[in-house]
Amino acid sequence: MAGLRALGVLSRITVRHRYTLFSDSTRRGFSVASSLMARTHVNYEVKGDVAVVRINDPTSKVNTLSVHMQKEMAEVLGEVWSNDAVKSAVLISSKPGCFIAGADINMIQACKSAEEVTYISQEGQKMFEKIEKSPKPIVAAINGSCLGGGLEFAIACQYRVATKSKKTVLGTPEVLLGLLPAAGGTQRLPKMVGLPSAFDMTLTGRNIRADKAKKMGLVHQLVDTLGPGLKGPEERTMEYLEEVAIECARGIVNKKIPLTKEKGMMQKVQDYVMSFPFVRNQIYNTVQKKVMKQTKGLYPAPLNIIDCVKSGVEQGSDAGYLAESQNFGKLAMTTESKALIGLYHGQVACKKNRFGVPEKEVKTLAILGAGLMGAGIAQVTVDKGIHTIMKDTTLEGLNRGHQQVYKGLNDKTKKKSITSFERDTTLSNLTGQLDYSGFQNADMVIEAVFEDIAIKHKVIKEVEAVIPPHCIFASNTSALPIKDIAAASKRPEKVIGMHYFSPVDKMQLLEIITTDKTSKDTTASAVAVGLKQGKIIIVVGDGPGFYTTRCLAPMLAEAVRVLQEGVDPKKLDSLTTGFGFPVGAATLADEVGIDVAAHVAEDLGKAFGPRLGGGNPELLKTMVEKGFKGRKTGKGCYVYQPGLKSKEVNMELNDILESFKLTPNPAVSSDSDVQYRLVSRFVNEAVMCLQEGILANPVEGDIGAVFGLGFPPCLGGPFRFVDTFGADKLVEKMRRFEDVYGNQFTPCPLLLDHAKDPSKKFHK
Amino acid sequence: LKKTLSLITTCLVLLTAKSKKTLAKPGVKNVVLVEGVRTPFLQSGTTYADLMPHDLARAALQGLLHRTGFPKEAVDYIVYGTVIQEVKTSNVAREAALGAGFSDRTPAHTVTMACISSNQAMTTAVGLIAAGQCDAVVAGGVEFMSDVPIRHSRKMRKTMLSLNKAKTLGARLSLLGSIRLAHLSPELPAVAEFSTAETMGHSADRLAAAFGVSRQEQDEFALRSHTLAKKAQDEGLLSDIVGFKVPGKDIVSKDNGIRPSTMEQMAKLKPAFVKPHGTVTAANSSYLTDGASAVLIMSEEKALAMGYKPKAYLRDFVYVSQDPKDQLLLGPTYATPKVLERSGLTLADIDVFEFHEAFAGQILANLKAMESDWFAQNCMGRKAKVGAPPLDKFNMWGGSLSLGHPFAATGCRLVTTVAHRLKKEGGQYGLVAACAAGGQGHAMVIEAYPQ
Repeated sequence: MAGLRALGVLSRITVRHRYTLFSDSTRRGFSVASSLMARTHVNYEVKGDVAVVRINDPTSKVNTLSVHMQKEMAEVLGEVWSNDAVKSAVLISSKPGCFIAGADINMIQACKSAEEVTYISQEGQKMFEKIEKSPKPIVAAINGSCLGGGLEFAIACQYRVATKSKKTVLGTPEVLLGLLPAAGGTQRLPKMVGLPSAFDMTLTGRNIRADKAKKMGLVHQLVDTLGPGLKGPEERTMEYLEEVAIECARGIVNKKIPLTKEKGMMQKVQDYVMSFPFVRNQIYNTVQKKVMKQTKGLYPAPLNIIDCVKSGVEQGSDAGYLAESQNFGKLAMTTESKALIGLYHGQVACKKNRFGVPEKEVKTLAILGAGLMGAGIAQVTVDKGIHTIMKDTTLEGLNRGHQQVYKGLNDKTKKKSITSFERDTTLSNLTGQLDYSGFQNADMVIEAVFEDIAIKHKVIKEVEAVIPPHCIFASNTSALPIKDIAAASKRPEKVIGMHYFSPVDKMQLLEIITTDKTSKDTTASAVAVGLKQGKIIIVVGDGPGFYTTRCLAPMLAEAVRVLQEGVDPKKLDSLTTGFGFPVGAATLADEVGIDVAAHVAEDLGKAFGPRLGGGNPELLKTMVEKGFKGRKTGKGCYVYQPGLKSKEVNMELNDILESFKLTPNPAVSSDSDVQYRLVSRFVNEAVMCLQEGILANPVEGDIGAVFGLGFPPCLGGPFRFVDTFGADKLVEKMRRFEDVYGNQFTPCPLLLDHAKDPSKKFHK
Repeated sequence: LKKTLSLITTCLVLLTAKSKKTLAKPGVKNVVLVEGVRTPFLQSGTTYADLMPHDLARAALQGLLHRTGFPKEAVDYIVYGTVIQEVKTSNVAREAALGAGFSDRTPAHTVTMACISSNQAMTTAVGLIAAGQCDAVVAGGVEFMSDVPIRHSRKMRKTMLSLNKAKTLGARLSLLGSIRLAHLSPELPAVAEFSTAETMGHSADRLAAAFGVSRQEQDEFALRSHTLAKKAQDEGLLSDIVGFKVPGKDIVSKDNGIRPSTMEQMAKLKPAFVKPHGTVTAANSSYLTDGASAVLIMSEEKALAMGYKPKAYLRDFVYVSQDPKDQLLLGPTYATPKVLERSGLTLADIDVFEFHEAFAGQILANLKAMESDWFAQNCMGRKAKVGAPPLDKFNMWGGSLSLGHPFAATGCRLVTTVAHRLKKEGGQYGLVAACAAGGQGHAMVIEAYPQ
């Protein structure tokens, strides 16, 4: 008993003792503690003489540079700078997959004027300038995405350490949102990595992996990722990164790690060459020309970026920073930027499964048909840990498909994004076969056989005889209504459409089509598979041509008419690309296949009548008869020669066009009119799909059009285009075309609604 | 007083009492180690430099015969391990046996399993005996790093092979003309994983970091290994060595890689694989070594019938494998609990531990992993940790770090050392464990032969 009491006293004493011992620091500590309590996004801890500053946005999966984050960061850095015990600092994120993913887009969207946005930029510039001039070295410890403002933050620090994790990427993707790196990025990058690399980074917005970043001089040191130890791999890797970064920070303070790297011979030569204004001007001009060629001047951001870099290099940093912040303000107010940001948000929304978690995860996926589409689907499936069965009817077909999958993976090996060993183990997930063996284990079957309803019916019956009851049957048709295909099924609730776009490994969109009978779980499962395959997904209602094909058909029909009216394919292409389509209409027809286009035109023509007509469908048929099926046969609108990138107009086409010649009506045949004839039919059909409930919402309509059909991204999709261009103006144009061509240009009721009431917008 | 005394004795008995009195199983043949020898392990490029792998193997085999006086005709079978193969002697077991004067009627085959190749050779022998196929098997392993096969580039090989088939002078000349400078760059063998392309040292450094093993801990462990090896060498405990007269050179009778240094000296070295912040250095890694080892394994009854006194019983063994990237060198952690379970022993039953020391960081990471419940539960699917071996029973006569590590010869050295240490220290059970490239591992329980 006595002992117990003694212990109690002892503990009380020690407690009291602790208070007295630290009374000094508690007073000081209190203010720290109170602000610590208040701080939610940025915190720091002092380890010896190094302050470890941790970033963690508790409300999100990623860290963004929000106003709140910046405020706390300024406070914390202020304390770090004023604390004499601290000699250096390490900046690290508490989120394993993300350093800082960029500035908060909502913060910029909330601004009403260019001045407000310019102010945000200037605040960022000031903060990073302070960091750049920090009297105590700051080491950025990077694991996961370090993008946009995050990268600008990192390059303002004195030293950068990054993990070799595949998640670690550095880049300035602002240009993809129609913006520019506005917190000193356009000024610091050229100094750090040289003009050519800086232009490459800021103008393409591409992600740079850690090893490449080290070679470019963007980061100083790399840290390996670790496996499991006494903790989980991610957690321990973060700790390790922090430990190494702390050592670096001490090394810099002790002058053991020099901050200026000795320049190599190549670097010296490059610097010398760059010292001539003539050389630099040459670079600006080349880059400018390249940008103009690629964007047709439709995107202001890249040109502004060149301008900012140029101002900084030629007129000094004051001018550079000023140009950066002002251009940023201007850009944020452009319709292009708003369209691109809209697409970004839409893309995020279309990467979620709004149908919930499927009851059964798809572990074995069978694909019927090893053609371009079938093998393409296999390509994006096999590397996601899904056992993939690829079935074809002929050994030649199977061999071709197998080679396509192999080539896709081997190209990745050549680019070093995977090792040859990963390629081989991935391929071991693929089974190629001519029969239905193993289908009893399939969780989903996707058919990519010829577009003929009789063949589809035959296939669905054969498949249903061997697959288990839970297995989903998906059709990769581009035009046949799913309910017609499902008519042959014993279990229509398990039938769904999964419309992929060619080439499957490059095109991001997947259009999923549900019928009235398709069960919710079937849809959830199809979306889950699509998401695993890395697709952006829109889910649309059933009907001829669904959404995407239906929008494309009238535009292609119009394109045929334009050709008949004597516009040559090259001119047609330049008109469409001039409007912002990444691929011209004639080239697109060749890529899709003239036979496919003819087929679709005929099917949809039957379903929708003359409204979907335009040019003479016999023209396409004649082309097919002559063997001009597009790129796959070497001839279409153009002549394709293997190994040659440039293509010539197919001269033999002229004879056909001559026999189908129409006389253009000069009232609707100016370049601009031709462009709007093509686009307005596309847009009108899209709006009609929304009106008819094929589309669930305008967002999916915009995403589908941009990512599946190449609708001009700078316009943000057909619905945003109507919002910004004005429905009334569009209707006015269409009425003019209607007078000449009839009901093909009759605006649909929903579009007319919007034309009548300007306050009606598809996007809020 | 009497009471206390008896209490103390019970305590003592309890302390030394084993979970099992013996690991002999009814109906299972007892397999014994009769003798084990090895050539001195030399750093590659030293006295053995001009030999060939089978020469070293010959020396070990001859040494075994010489030491045991075993009649050559009584050897039923020979199994030998090797890792880096000399293409001329791809079945090095056969070439060495013939060269060592074994009967040409004794079949021989070669096995390979990276650093546990001779363990594989020994367990193959155990299997042959347990299955009643053989009574006396010689097992061993050889590694010769002074000369490794360096190949022409694939392009050059292809050209040369086509040259064989070219019929006309013109065809030959055009083939010769196609040779470019790039054809001439040779392909060097690397101690790297084929599957991950990562060198073993790099993986070891990451492993050490994953378990938070510091540079100082690693240097200390390496120093311990060298110090203990030196002591064992000086005290004449490394009695498995047989001298080897190298043609044209001296008789070699000692390992030449044992160099106890100081912590200060070791601290000066720069990291060898992960630069600049890595912790694995030349001083805390095992080095490239030439050497060979051989053991005679027999059924107990045959050994006794022939008048041999076995050194130890070879009991349960396991092979394990795991992720070749992040857990490349954790074989002992996975193998130890498994083999103990198999034999019905606990870690406390083991008197002698001999673990293969690939890197100090690797050993320390394994010790930490074995001591971690988190690792056992999250990575191995076990309920609890197995526990780390106490260091006063662990590699007491040095290890691969100091004695050297001829890849395929190390396994036999470990087993023979356990047998010798059990005898010297009076223990009953010993445990051998080792990691190997490919993310594999091995462990074996050895029981002392009653005196």
